[in-house]
Amino acid sequence: MKNRAAYFGVFTALALIFSYVEMLIPIQFGIPGIKLGLANLLIVIMLYKCGAKEALMLSVVRIVLAGFIFGNMFSIIYSLAGGILSLAVMALLKGRGSFSVTGVSIAGGVFHNIGQLLVAMLVVETYKVGYYLPVLLIAGVITGALIGIVSGEVLRRLKNLTLM
Amino acid sequence: MKKNDFLLIGLVLLIAVSVMGYHYLKKDTGPGKVVIRVDGETYGTYDLSEEQTIDIQGTNILEIHNGEARMSEADCPDRLCVHQKAISRDGESIICLPNKIVVSVEGGEDNEIDAVAN
Repeated sequence: MKNRAAYFGVFTALALIFSYVEMLIPIQFGIPGIKLGLANLLIVIMLYKCGAKEALMLSVVRIVLAGFIFGNMFSIIYSLAGGILSLAVMALLKGRGSFSVTGVSIAGGVFHNIGQLLVAMLVVETYKVGYYLPVLLIAGVITGALIGIVSGEVLRRLKNLTLM
Repeated sequence: MKKNDFLLIGLVLLIAVSVMGYHYLKKDTGPGKVVIRVDGETYGTYDLSEEQTIDIQGTNILEIHNGEARMSEADCPDRLCVHQKAISRDGESIICLPNKIVVSVEGGEDNEIDAVAN
């Protein structure tokens, strides 16, 4: 319990580093906005190790910090919408208990993209971006599955580690 | 992975495919117009639905055929604009740099990924 702040710091630092590493990956998927979402690995682990409240805190702190360091005001707004919606859905599915880490993460990935698309619709004030939905859904499934599989492996190995 | 995970994947993919199918099957909004600009100034606006051949200042020839616009002739050495594919969707353009000609489609079929593309 007394290590709470320290653990939170470590997770925040890791999430920030993952955001940075992701920025260095030179592969473009041809469509803007599609990326792996490495930092979500930490969010998923936090969600399972601690709970929704801590994961939300980590997600918001990570997005705001990464936004100020690497991005701009717009990227913060987009990411916050995606991050919060995605976390809400993940917490809900995790609570139901009928999905594995991978499934929860896939839902997270999909809703991360949906959240960003909703903000894009509001910002651009057009529904044309709806064309983009299928691509984002499929991308969300793929990235969510990858993150979910890795999270599951990490969680399996961290079984004995109790945080907070 | 549990059974529900696969159900979730299936459901999401189903939605994605049906949205795609919907857009694919939906009737085109009808051809729009091509606007030709030379050195930033509007040279002329032409209907994409009309078959026509447009001579642009004697340097380039734009051909409109089947609701698509294509540069068929250019007097510049590299002829990049001639090799470009035909345009028909909103926002698409053919640019001939040597002659400062920009041909762009306005109000045509919706472009799939322009609004979000930063």
